[in-house]
Amino acid sequence: MDFLNAIVAFANFVLVPATSYGAQLALGALGVTLIYGILRFSNFAHGDTMAFGAMVTILVTWWFQSMGINFGVLPTALLALPFGIIATIGLLLFTDRVVYRFYRRQKAAPVIYVIVSLGVMFIMNGVVRFIIGPNDQKFADGVRFIISARDFKTMTGLSEGLAIKASTGITIVTAIIVVAALFWFLNRTRTGKSMRAFSDNEDLALLSGINPERVVMITWIIVAALTTIAGVLYGLDKSFKPFTYFQLLLPIFAAAIVGGLGNPLGAIAGGFVIAFSEVTVTYAFKKVLKYLLPENLEPTGLVQLLSTDYKFAVSFAILIIVLLFRPTGLFKGKTI
Amino acid sequence: MNPAIKNPLLFALVFSLIIMTGFLNSWNVALGILNMGLISAVMALGVNLQWGYAGLFNVGIMGFVALGGLGAILIGMPPVGEAWAAGGTRLLFSLAVAAGTIVGAVVLWGRMAAGRARTLSMLALLIGGFFVFRALFDPAVAAIEAVNPAGTGYLGGLGLPVLIGWPVGGLLAAGAAWIVGKTALGLRSDYLAIATLGIAEIIVAVLKNEDWLSRGVKNVVGVPRPVPYEIDLQNSASFVARMEGWGLNPVTASSVTVKLMYGLLFAAVLLLMIWLTQKALNSPWGRMMRAIRDNEVAAEAMGKDVTRRHLQIFILGSAVCGIAGAMMTTLDGQLTPGSYQPLRFTFLIWVMVIVGGSGNNWGSVLGGLLIWFLWVQVEPMGLWMMDLITSGMGDDSGLKKHLLESAAHMRLLTMGVILLLVLRFSPRGLIPER
Repeated sequence: MDFLNAIVAFANFVLVPATSYGAQLALGALGVTLIYGILRFSNFAHGDTMAFGAMVTILVTWWFQSMGINFGVLPTALLALPFGIIATIGLLLFTDRVVYRFYRRQKAAPVIYVIVSLGVMFIMNGVVRFIIGPNDQKFADGVRFIISARDFKTMTGLSEGLAIKASTGITIVTAIIVVAALFWFLNRTRTGKSMRAFSDNEDLALLSGINPERVVMITWIIVAALTTIAGVLYGLDKSFKPFTYFQLLLPIFAAAIVGGLGNPLGAIAGGFVIAFSEVTVTYAFKKVLKYLLPENLEPTGLVQLLSTDYKFAVSFAILIIVLLFRPTGLFKGKTI
Repeated sequence: MNPAIKNPLLFALVFSLIIMTGFLNSWNVALGILNMGLISAVMALGVNLQWGYAGLFNVGIMGFVALGGLGAILIGMPPVGEAWAAGGTRLLFSLAVAAGTIVGAVVLWGRMAAGRARTLSMLALLIGGFFVFRALFDPAVAAIEAVNPAGTGYLGGLGLPVLIGWPVGGLLAAGAAWIVGKTALGLRSDYLAIATLGIAEIIVAVLKNEDWLSRGVKNVVGVPRPVPYEIDLQNSASFVARMEGWGLNPVTASSVTVKLMYGLLFAAVLLLMIWLTQKALNSPWGRMMRAIRDNEVAAEAMGKDVTRRHLQIFILGSAVCGIAGAMMTTLDGQLTPGSYQPLRFTFLIWVMVIVGGSGNNWGSVLGGLLIWFLWVQVEPMGLWMMDLITSGMGDDSGLKKHLLESAAHMRLLTMGVILLLVLRFSPRGLIPER
């Protein structure tokens, strides 16, 4: 019984939160890795693109809520999500048209793109704060829990509860659907194949008649969908605050690099590696160990490896370790 | 236009903008802008060393600036004797254990033959060392932080003149830069960017959470000054008599005098930095750096050790940012770890360097002064513009209220637009590299 309690406590505080966080990071990292693979630069505006997509979705959600439209047990934000995606597609295509295309024609160095993306980041950050303000926004509605801790306790008779938030379930289901659709698109469709060809060898792809502008456009569209979905899921799970999205940049980059930049499968693996290590290292294991160890050995402290404020340090440490020992990432990514 | 005429004109323009602020607003505001502008110019010089001379993309300026601020605190603040008695030695010992563990692991990695045994023994050493460190560190920290937590709760500094803290801040930043550079230089350029982004977040997180070191979010306030206090000037009969003789209000005059003295100090540092960087730029070393930047392969073929030179200039540039950070903490008179934001302390400095002209030291100085002026003044300008736009709307209009409230965020937008416009239409900046 104690053993079961320990497992449930571990699942409740580590496994479940890390899985949903990992899925959100994976979606973000997929966007970063796609841009890297096709446009060949690290997009520093990624976090703020997520914030923009989430913001539009929130505004539409509020509008729906004010009209009394809702999605039953599911959050209204899912209904508003397509509007957010469309707005973000518009924003990214517009940015590409007025900003990035000029440098693409010039064949500018990758680091110039990165600096340009800093400028785009400033503008998007300003736009988001301008429209919705810098504060926390809550927009989740519908059912809050799939299983609440109390129900779980009465169901199983254990003294530890396992709560699964509705947002966790939605995150995982959505992430699976999105990733499956993305891989089907990349591996099975003609456009997807042309994208992979372009990413592998630009010159060969151009020779075989692939239109680079079209590939770039499709990439931005996919990235817009991925970032908006990631942003909305993160916002549903935690809450929406523009600055948090900016800070997500580091774990997302870490996930993409750990998995191997330019490799979509790697981005997913990287997302979960980063999420699980962040949550495990910053979790206080006292509760779990209490069940596992005999009474006289019970820990007196929290048995927390690092305080929660150092979660950045965790993604950073993993990043450094991977860079030192396996510079192309866990799955083989690109090296320039 | 001839650069010999254009460049002084540009500087004259920036200074006249600041002087205009003095006439229109107040001299206090104008000097405040000038002082922070001078500090920003020093930061921009540091970034220009890395980016303009060597093409290294550092987005962790915030971390080095914060470390510089810590340097000023550790030198300038008086030591807290009780805290040292409660746990100072134990804490230093635990830190030594941590450092020893890491050095041990590195030595072990070098000495043992590759294989599973090496990996396992290194992991065992690191994990064991971590737990020993925590067992020594935690009680020491608890003891230190228990000493008068509302007033001190930290170890304090050395109680030396704060000016010594400036080079020390630079040294701290240089140390951190050495660690980052050792790991991330020599890899791809994007990796250095992400590594520096990470280290900056971690440095600020450490300053926020390690109360024994920096009081965390409780802030260290009342850092001793290198210049007199306003109140002392107001109490000095000779000062008051002289100012009244000039027909000035002694209270305003005292704060202007203090700001002027700070300004002179910062200007002295800035001039020294310009002199040093210009000397370096025009030396064989500077030519070698530019050669490496323009063609790494060719430079390597000429027998230059590219990675070592990159490490060297990365450390130098970060040290300059650290010095600027210490100057800023001295000017503010406090270290507030909660206020370090990457947009303000990393990306804004980048806007300064790019707008001023990367590779040109005078350009960086101009960019620092100009962009800082805009950063401060865009907010009132935005508010004024919003007032104009919304003047036709009714007072109860929700949109009007929202627009007026959001005017504060105009500055991010403006900076982004300025950066993109300069990159697009004048990528070499206002004062291009020759």
